[in-house]
Amino acid sequence: MKYESVIGLEVHCELKTKTKIFCGCSTEFGAEPNTHVCPVCLGLPGVLPVLNKEVLHFAIKAGLALHCQILPYSKFDRKNYYYPDLPKNFQTSQFDLPICLGGYLDIEVGGETRRIRITRIHMEEDAGKLVHSGATIDSSDTTYVDYNRTGVPLLEIVGEPDLRSGEEAKAYLEKLRSILQYLDVSDCRMEEGSMRCDANISVRPVGTEELGVKTELKNINSFSGVQKGIEYEAVRQAGILEDGGTIIQETRGWEEGQGITVSQRVKEGSNDYRYFPEPDLIPIEVSTDWIEEIRKELPEMPDARKKRFMAELGLPDYDANLLTLEKQTADYFEAVVQAGVEAKTASNWMLGEFAKKLNEEGISADKAPVQPQALAELLQLISKGTISGKIAKSVLPEMWTSGKSADQVVKDKGLVQISDTGALEEIINTVVAANPQSVADYKAGKKKAIGFLVGQVMKQTKGRANPGTVNQLLVKNLEQ
Amino acid sequence: MEPLTIHALHDQLVKGEISSVELTKKYLAHKDAVEPKVQAFLSDNRGYALEAAAIVDKKIAAGESIHDLAGIPGAIKDNICIKGQQATCASKILENFRSPYNATVIEKLMAHDYVSLGKTNLDEFAMGSSTENSAFQVTRNPWNTDYVPGGSSGGSAAAVAAGECVWALGSDTGGSIRQPAAYCGLVGMKPTYGLVSRYGLIAFASSLDQIGPITNDVTDCAIVLNAIAGHDERDSTSIPQGPKDYKQALVNDVKGMKIGIPEEYFSEGLDATCRKALEDAIETYRKLGAEIVPVHMTHTKYGLAAYYIIAPAEASSNLARFDGVGFGMRVPGKDIVDMYQKTRSAGFGPEVKRRILLGTYVLSAGYYDAYYLRAMKVRTLVKRDFDEALKTVDVILTPTAPDTAFKIGQNTDNPLAMYLGDVCTVTLNLTGLPGMSICCGYKDGLPIGMQLISKALGEDTLLRAAYTFEQNRPEFHKRSPMGEVEL
Repeated sequence: MKYESVIGLEVHCELKTKTKIFCGCSTEFGAEPNTHVCPVCLGLPGVLPVLNKEVLHFAIKAGLALHCQILPYSKFDRKNYYYPDLPKNFQTSQFDLPICLGGYLDIEVGGETRRIRITRIHMEEDAGKLVHSGATIDSSDTTYVDYNRTGVPLLEIVGEPDLRSGEEAKAYLEKLRSILQYLDVSDCRMEEGSMRCDANISVRPVGTEELGVKTELKNINSFSGVQKGIEYEAVRQAGILEDGGTIIQETRGWEEGQGITVSQRVKEGSNDYRYFPEPDLIPIEVSTDWIEEIRKELPEMPDARKKRFMAELGLPDYDANLLTLEKQTADYFEAVVQAGVEAKTASNWMLGEFAKKLNEEGISADKAPVQPQALAELLQLISKGTISGKIAKSVLPEMWTSGKSADQVVKDKGLVQISDTGALEEIINTVVAANPQSVADYKAGKKKAIGFLVGQVMKQTKGRANPGTVNQLLVKNLEQ
Repeated sequence: MEPLTIHALHDQLVKGEISSVELTKKYLAHKDAVEPKVQAFLSDNRGYALEAAAIVDKKIAAGESIHDLAGIPGAIKDNICIKGQQATCASKILENFRSPYNATVIEKLMAHDYVSLGKTNLDEFAMGSSTENSAFQVTRNPWNTDYVPGGSSGGSAAAVAAGECVWALGSDTGGSIRQPAAYCGLVGMKPTYGLVSRYGLIAFASSLDQIGPITNDVTDCAIVLNAIAGHDERDSTSIPQGPKDYKQALVNDVKGMKIGIPEEYFSEGLDATCRKALEDAIETYRKLGAEIVPVHMTHTKYGLAAYYIIAPAEASSNLARFDGVGFGMRVPGKDIVDMYQKTRSAGFGPEVKRRILLGTYVLSAGYYDAYYLRAMKVRTLVKRDFDEALKTVDVILTPTAPDTAFKIGQNTDNPLAMYLGDVCTVTLNLTGLPGMSICCGYKDGLPIGMQLISKALGEDTLLRAAYTFEQNRPEFHKRSPMGEVEL
């Protein structure tokens, strides 16, 4: 029997507000443990929360970009459970009246566009970080708590079970990241934990409508992990059903290293969080005027930008897609084009050499030491024939590390392309004299032999010769 | 004999008849004499108190004007946070906890050069109506030490009534300021929810809690309210509004004031002597030109039940943070859950446990709709009753409690009887409306309390009604037998 997977993702994103959701502490990542704390985020007796309005602003922004309805009246609730990373032993979250309801985002997989519905988006506070001396809290002699993360604002984005494969789940997550980054509301770095994802997955025979028993997949730390974890889980579940077994509703952890999922906790009924309205916060009322104001702030979103790159700049779908995935890349690319570089040339470089450098250093385009104007100058040196594309590839790393302009690097290293026929003819004469066999082959009709001779000239000029010119001059020389 | 008041002592201070340090020492001496009998205080703050008093004396000597409250010894209920001081909530779980920050009311009082002699006893986490639920000591009623002072702000009320201090702050979640004020023959006010910041008040039930004054007379009530009221950005439920001088409301005139009498609060549960005192008070108002109007509060009878669902529900969540992890008592366990259980079992007393269990139960899946949600609906209906009535009357007059103070130990084995005593007061916490208790008589040497209620932010109307009564019936403005302080 053939099975299809039914997948819904719950995504948590840390919002990049300067301060925490209910107090004035910094949200900065990586500080010394327990230095970004105050009585409020430590949940000391007597403290009260005050909502950071920027959190609400960011949530509305995200909701609008994801085509959600923004509720004019929503509220916070307390989710009660005991865990030592949660100082108050309740998380202030939103339950039945979240800030955003019912949106969607479009993903493209295998050339097909699919609309994935979003159930809701709500705001909540993050918990602290536990550091165990052993593997788990119960097998540890000591557990340390870092409360720096306590109270960092989170958006929880709950998706409908509209995804049908690991690949789609990955595309959804990447698209979500792209949108939130465009909005500048979250960094969405899975490695740093500023984007976290749980996947609910079940399988069912193709053609049937009834949902199977689902498992919840946790501990997913990368985009590829989302895809691989879901694919593994789909195969595992289908295998059980094929063997006549039944799926147990449980939480499973993705073990990236081994590429498997393992059972963490079997669910016995649903957890009772005893939600009730947070009495320390007043209900959230959002005016239509404010929503419209925020709507005007929305930047051009990745889909629209991609379409524009294709229509106005004539880029192929593939290029436009990759260039618009990250806002920083798209901004950079547009700046290069603005500086006078032909779009496809700029795209080839952005997706080629430039992307390679970014990946090597693990940085986004806006952090590149080579500014768009500088890259444009390099590419213009190619179009003017000052250097070859091949030389340019060696100039870029030099610019990257030294901070010099393309012009400067080319001058310093003497990389200016030799188009002077007199100088080239001299070298050609030497090469021809030194390689009688190749010359003979050529003259005997083996026209391919010229390739070797061109190569020799290029070698002697250290790649600086214009290969077209060399070819012409060689032919002329050999035909004499 | 009348008790000494803030305003009378303030006059003596500014006239130079006594210094704040002298005054503070006199009160400390009296406190030392009576405290063994009353047991109102959980901490002694005399070092700081004398320092603060000396600052006030310097200001007076320098010819600076001082606030009404400056340099007059007071006391603070031990569930309000003062930086560097204990805030035990009369619970073992916070026995060694010291607050690293000041409550907003404390910051406001500091700006008024307040002097506090110490933190006062209460029912553990303010849960109770007799102060017998303190983990540390039983406070006694200065009018008769066999009787409870009321609760949960029993320490604050007893301290003022015994002359151990001139004023005190209490907190009121279901009557915890008004009822002990009534039992101790004092003036106690629960302001409108949101008038006084809750930041730094260790929460019992967040949507019901409010800090307020316990004083010897109505003028003092206005003075303390002036010092602590006002908007606070750190409390989201604080009402945004500018400052107001409540002393302006102290006008001896109720002509044309409409006073509503809800028969539901004068049911057969009300003690006969108390009823007579209240009827007498109503007659006084009538004679002074007030219009007495019957009003109806048909949902009041459900108020107590709703209260005893909502308050424990919020408490079960508010008190979850006392888990032995970050602060307070910790009893080691074999794992984290064991540690939680051992700590909370040893740290909380029986009444607190009872309410945590109740609250956890009513919020549980399957019970939420039947209990919590229904209680919230009742809350809305009770509020509607009051809103309707207060459209036609300025003030509503009720008993503060069905009877005078009861004997120590009388209700300790009967929590339900104890809860029933809160029937007159909890509705104001459910509705957020302001209420005040003043003395309107005595029964067997114990004071009888009368409760005045007004619309939200109607504290000035309350003060005016209470002040007029006090001015015209001075015989109810007496100090307790042990309340005489020798200056």
